[in-house]
Parts: sequence; structure tokens; C-alpha cells
Amino acid sequence: MRLEPKPAPSLAATLAYPVAAIAATLVVASLLVLAAGASPFSVFYLVAKGAAGSQFALLETLTRATPLIFTGLAVAVAFRARLWNIGAEAQLYIGAVVTVVLGTGALPLPSGLLIPIIIVAAMAAGALLLAGPAVLKTRFGVDEVVTTLLLNFIVLLFVSMLLEGPLKDPMGLGWPQSSKVIAEAQLPRIIQGKRLHYGFVLALVAAFAMWVVMKKTVLGYEMRAVGHNPEAARFAGIPVNRVLMKTALLSGGLAALAGFSEVAGLKGNLTLDLSPGFGYSGIVVAMLAMLNPLGVVASAIFVAGIFVGADAMSRAAGVPSYIADVMVATALLSMVTAILFSRYRVRWR
Amino acid sequence: MEQALEILFTASFWVAAIRIASPLIFATMGELICERAGVLNLGIEGIMTVGAFAGWFTVYSGGDLWTGVAIAALAGAMFGLLHATLTVPLGLSQHVVGIGITLLATSLTYFTYRLALPEVTSPPKIEPFQPLPIPGLSQIPVVGEALFAQTPLTYLAFATVAVVAWVLYRTPLGLAMRAAGENPSAVEAQGISVTGIRMGAVMAGSALMAVGGAFLTMSAFNSFFFEMINGRGWICIALVVFGSWRPGKALLGAILFAAFDAYQIRLQQLSGGVVPYQVFLMMPYVLSILALVLVARRATYPKALMIPYQKGER
Repeated sequence: MRLEPKPAPSLAATLAYPVAAIAATLVVASLLVLAAGASPFSVFYLVAKGAAGSQFALLETLTRATPLIFTGLAVAVAFRARLWNIGAEAQLYIGAVVTVVLGTGALPLPSGLLIPIIIVAAMAAGALLLAGPAVLKTRFGVDEVVTTLLLNFIVLLFVSMLLEGPLKDPMGLGWPQSSKVIAEAQLPRIIQGKRLHYGFVLALVAAFAMWVVMKKTVLGYEMRAVGHNPEAARFAGIPVNRVLMKTALLSGGLAALAGFSEVAGLKGNLTLDLSPGFGYSGIVVAMLAMLNPLGVVASAIFVAGIFVGADAMSRAAGVPSYIADVMVATALLSMVTAILFSRYRVRWR
Repeated sequence: MEQALEILFTASFWVAAIRIASPLIFATMGELICERAGVLNLGIEGIMTVGAFAGWFTVYSGGDLWTGVAIAALAGAMFGLLHATLTVPLGLSQHVVGIGITLLATSLTYFTYRLALPEVTSPPKIEPFQPLPIPGLSQIPVVGEALFAQTPLTYLAFATVAVVAWVLYRTPLGLAMRAAGENPSAVEAQGISVTGIRMGAVMAGSALMAVGGAFLTMSAFNSFFFEMINGRGWICIALVVFGSWRPGKALLGAILFAAFDAYQIRLQQLSGGVVPYQVFLMMPYVLSILALVLVARRATYPKALMIPYQKGER
């Protein structure tokens, strides 16, 4: 068999493939639900209701989507230049560490000064963390997939060390957790008394900014060129290594914002379970959005909805909530397949 | 200081090193086969998780140990088939598909575990493989204990290296596999299907990865728990590079790495809590990165690694 490029597909065809991908995901999920002895329809209904069936559910979904928008953007920006940053998890935690170091009283400043300082510092830390693997890639030819993956484990152990050492909350009753950040370092809630915070707004701003960078700036053009064909980009006079470094700084900074926003907006302190794999889910979010920064917002809300909805469903229907992770992974694989079939047709012989 | 050196001469240290090396040897050989045929398999971490669970669960449900190993290998091969279908004939990004396979395999395993064992709070245990000393050889001081008083799965790991090396360098199949990773058009010109070779390699490699995972639940420990693979798959990818895609060198790398890992555990006990234990736990990952940096300059990747092959395309 071989793959032949299709002529430009119609709008209907472009939309049909993602729908098919979601349908395939639902089929896989249905099989698992049946295996668990429940009815797929009632389970999907419960997931949908848990994700968007009430004001509480919707706000919870948007709250969960916030870190996913940041990590999704981080991955989308990096993958566009074919910089395989699988280390968003580590960059997230470094952003959270910086937030706690600066936000627990070390800097007695008003909110309007303190929060921007923390944001810049957190982004710088995340950027530096990814700069390491990027330098190893461009100078020594070390594959960044493995280095960023391994850094996830190193950083998590580093955080564990900090939480049992210098950052340990003296009032924490022995739990490995940091002190709470001071009021001036907290992001306010959007609606009084609800969990949704201004980190969500920051995420929307970041998504728009990344859209502008990717579509309207020279850097965005260079990143796409490097991702498309590094040899051709080099031949056209684009400084490939410098573009990759800039991409790494941008991507690492974005992922660190996820850690900042979770601590300053939602949790208030740093624990070892701050992120239930937001860095890895960010890869799915970015791929579902086909690496489009504005699409990342939509796909992050979609993925967050599955997780939030599955949590609610699991309590009611007794199907393990890991079904959400299965659905998200299946969606990733079926989506990349669907995108392929929307562009190519299979010719047997 | 003297104590720190003495560790290196104790038999128990080398026994532990070989035990730690065994799952890495399986999985490294698995990854090596895939990459030699031109496919980077980032599904390794998830496939090891599947293998660890499938093997353990087979025994837990009443199967015997070798059936467990076979089921683990089969489960690994199935995920390999999925990976290969998406990356070889369809030519999708090996990075994205690999991460997707890891996420899918891991979450499916956790889902199945929760479904099959909803009530358990502490992981149930099985009767794992027992050490099988080889008469005569196991009497040799230090070396004998380390190499010839292990469980049967460890012997299988070493045998796997020999078989992989023999197939790769001494058989027409191995030649075709290596050529599929270096110059696929040349394979096609011989009338051999590159797609077939690559898909077969990914399935066989994934089966080995799964057996590596099964070693953890069926030989090193006796129960399955979440996140037990703990980055071992990623370390194996580093070991393949470190071993410059050669089975013998990769075996050496795995043993060296495992010896270091066993050493840091003992140093940790010696240090008596002066140095935070996390520093010791970080070492294997740091070491993997250092090893990559060390060899990267002279690494000769299979030339067609990560490049999808389309028949008749140049």
C-alpha cells in the first residue's frame, strides 16, 4: 500500500475526520465501560454532566483546563519547531518552586509588583530548565526526548528534597508540603467563592500572544520553517540553532506558568502531587489542537472536561476514573491518524 | 571511605547489580531491535508497565510463571503491532505515536488493575521466580554467585543478548533488519518488504520490553504497584545510544549502569542520612544524561532511524 496526497479537502471533509476520531475514542471507551459492567450511555451522560452539567461543573472544568492550556501551549510551540519537549512536567514544577520561594514572604511587595516579578522569575526558571536539553541538542547532538523525560524524574526528586528540607512548612505536621504563599502573591478568584482564578485569564492571554507570535512574527515564521525542514531552513539563511534555543526558552517559560498559576491561583502551596501529569496531558492537548495556539484553549477545555467528568462519573457509576486517561490517549492516537487520512488517501498497490 | 570501596568486592553487591540489570537488558534489547530496523519506540515505558501487570496478573489468577512471561510478551507484541501500524505503513510521527502508546498502555493497565482488584489496599503478592543456582558454576566465589545463582529470567536475559546479536549479525533476517534501518531502498531492491521487516522488529522488540517489565513483578519483586517502571524505559533508550546500537556494548552499559545503581543504594545506607536520599535516587537519571552526552559526538545513529519509508519514493 502507499499514501497519496489528496487535493485540498472540502470543509466538510476536514471536519469529518476529527469527528471520526472522537467517535473511535467513544467506541474504545464504551468497550471498557461494558467490561466494567456499566452502560456506556449512562456513563457518557454522567461524564458530560460532571463536566458541564452545572455552573459548578463548568467552572471546575475551566479551572482544570488552566494548567493544561499552559502546558499545551508549551508543547505546541516546541513541537512546531520539532523541538520534542516532553519535559513540561519538570518545567511546571520549577515554576511552582520559584513561586513558593518568592511568594511566601521573601519579597514584601504589593500585589501589583510581586505577581509580575514572580511570573517573570518562574518563566525564566522554566526557560533555563529547557535550555539545558536544547544546548545539549544543538551543541552535542543529544536527543532532547530522552533528556527532557529524564529531567522530569530528576526535578520531581529535587522538589521532594526541597519539601523535606528548606521549603518544608514548619506548620505542616510533617507532611512534605511548603508554606502557603502570602496574600499579595495570590491570584484573585474570578467569581467570589468559586475556585476559578485569574490564572485562566492569564492562560487565555498567553494563548492569544502565542497565536500572534506563531502567525505574525519573524520568529514564528522561522520556527515553522525549522520544524518543516531544518536543512532547507538553514539553506535559506535561518539560524536554526538560535531559533531552537528561542523556542526552548519560550516553551519552558510557558510550562512554568502552569506551575505558577496552580500555586498562586488554586492550591496556595507546593506539594508533590501538584500536577497529576499536566505536562504529559499537555502533549495530547497540543496534538488535538493540531499545534494551533488558539485551538489549544478549546482542546484543553475538552481534555479537562473528560478528566473532571470522569471523576464525577467514577463516584456515581463505579467505573475506574482511569478511563479518562485511556480516552485521552486514544483521542491522541486516533486524532493523528484522522489528520493523516484527511490529507492522504491509501492506495493498495 | 574504605567501607565504600569494600562494597565493590562483596558478592551481594554484584548479585544485586545483575538483578537490577536484568529487566534493563530485556528492554534495551527490545528497543535496540526496533531502532536497528529504523523505528524509535517511545512506547517502551508503557509497554513495560503492561508487561509487568500482564505477567503478574496471569500468575495471580492461577497461571504458572512461564505462562505469565508468555502472556506478558504477547501483550507487549500487541501494543507493538499498534505502534508499528501507525508508524510504519502510515508513517506517523514516531515521537507522538510513541508517547501516545505509553500513555495508552499505562492508563489501560491502571484501569484494568482497578477493575480487576477494586478492593485491595496493599498490592497482593504472588510466588515469584526463585533463584536457580547452576551446579558447579555457582560455587565460584563472587562471580559465580553474581552470575550463576540468579532466577531463570536473568539467564533468559543474557541468552536474549546472544540471540539478538546472532540474529542481527549472522542471519539474512538480521542483515535485512539492519539494512531497513540504514538504507531501506536497498532492502526493497532485494524483494524484501521494508514494512514487513520493520513491523516484525517493532513487535518482537515490544515483546522483549514487556518481558523486561514482567521481570520486575515476577522475579525482582512479587507484586504490581503503580508507577513501578519509574523511568526505566527511558533509561533503556539512553542505554541503546550508549551501546552504539550494538547488543554486546548495550549489555555492558546495562550492567555498568545497574552496578552504579546498586552502589548508590549501598552508599545511601552508609551515608547515614547526611546527604538527602533524593540525591542518591537522582543519580541513575543524571548518569543516563551524562552517558548520552559522553557518546553523543561519536554516536552513529542508524541512518534511516525515524524516517518513514514509502515504497517507490526517494
